[in-house]
Amino acid sequence: MTTSTAPLIQASGLAILRGERVLFRGVSLSLSPGDAIVLRGANGAGKTTLLRMLAGLTRPEAGEMVRAAPHHWIGHKEGIKPQETPRGHLALWAQAWGSKADIPDILEKMALTRAADVPGRYLSAGQRRRTAFGRLLLEDRPVWLLDEPYTALDAAGRTMLDAVISGHLRTNGAIIASMHDAAGFPVTNEVTL
Amino acid sequence: MSAAPILAAFRQAFAEAWAGGAGALLPLGFLGGAAVLVPLGIGSDTQTLKAVGPGIIWVALALSSLVTLERIFQADAEDGTLDLWLQTGAPMAAIAAAKTLAHWLAAGLPLALASPLLALMFQAQASMDLLIHLGFYTLGGLAFFFWGGVGAALSATVRRGGLLISIIALPLYVPTAIFGALAMTGGIGSDGAPMLLAASTLFACAVAPYAMAAALRLAAD
Repeated sequence: MTTSTAPLIQASGLAILRGERVLFRGVSLSLSPGDAIVLRGANGAGKTTLLRMLAGLTRPEAGEMVRAAPHHWIGHKEGIKPQETPRGHLALWAQAWGSKADIPDILEKMALTRAADVPGRYLSAGQRRRTAFGRLLLEDRPVWLLDEPYTALDAAGRTMLDAVISGHLRTNGAIIASMHDAAGFPVTNEVTL
Repeated sequence: MSAAPILAAFRQAFAEAWAGGAGALLPLGFLGGAAVLVPLGIGSDTQTLKAVGPGIIWVALALSSLVTLERIFQADAEDGTLDLWLQTGAPMAAIAAAKTLAHWLAAGLPLALASPLLALMFQAQASMDLLIHLGFYTLGGLAFFFWGGVGAALSATVRRGGLLISIIALPLYVPTAIFGALAMTGGIGSDGAPMLLAASTLFACAVAPYAMAAALRLAAD
């Protein structure tokens, strides 16, 4: 992981239109190694849209953005196919990303060992979230973009996720997460939309 | 650039084509059903059936290729997979082409392979011609899938977009249908028709992936 303190993401004056309406404008943020930025805002304030912008999925209407490091994306939709098992999902993305990660080990960390071979259509919402979070451990990437990571997780799941995020921050990783609840990891900055 | 994301996209799409809804069986059933209705409608006169057979099979092939296309990108947009594919760093055109090719292998190739059986039903002579025609149907079917893929990508975020796919894709099917039918009926100017059929398929394979990629990026925006 990078040891310099140059910003991983630098954005200024971001704005987006949705239809005729300005969803937000003048949003600036800078993410350095070890930072955890939490996005706050009411439903519909544009937290997901801002995250999609930082992921390169949505083009900003105005503003500048430099994305200097590879990122992981965990959106609202987990990206799991109905026929895909958690093991199959992680194996597929390991293949796509050229990762040599130990998949049984990741499944164990995510407490998915028992559900490892259950097709996606039978997984619970929490199990789907845990499968998606497993992707974070497939490859070492400095930036994690997490959209409401606590959604559908039980208490044990939150504790597990907090531990994974804290570990990432300790090794000079950085995250940007949209959240409604208090974070269970050290937050360096909050951005309110 | 590594080919790994493209191979993974192919693998996932192929698995999904079989898991999502009976793989080749649904379009095959549609092809058979559509072709069987024709003799019932126009009567069983041997000469008439022989004359219209190849044309009917082309139309049935075009329509049945549309049956599976609704699934190739719409499901990805719904379950979030599209967002992940857009972020792999691999060219989206290559990923879209890999997915289309996977669906063609799972559903389009079986359709083409079934066409000689239908031709026999339309009183065609069992000869080497059937195998040559099989080649034409295979080539044309590939073009149908790539043009249909453009329609599927454009309507990826549209609910019940199946009809929209047909409206977008059917005009693009025209050159393939013309040259394909011409190559088989052996009418005036049919000498170059097989080459033109191949050229139209090549054109589809070269151009459609870029159109799909642009449409998919727009769908995720």
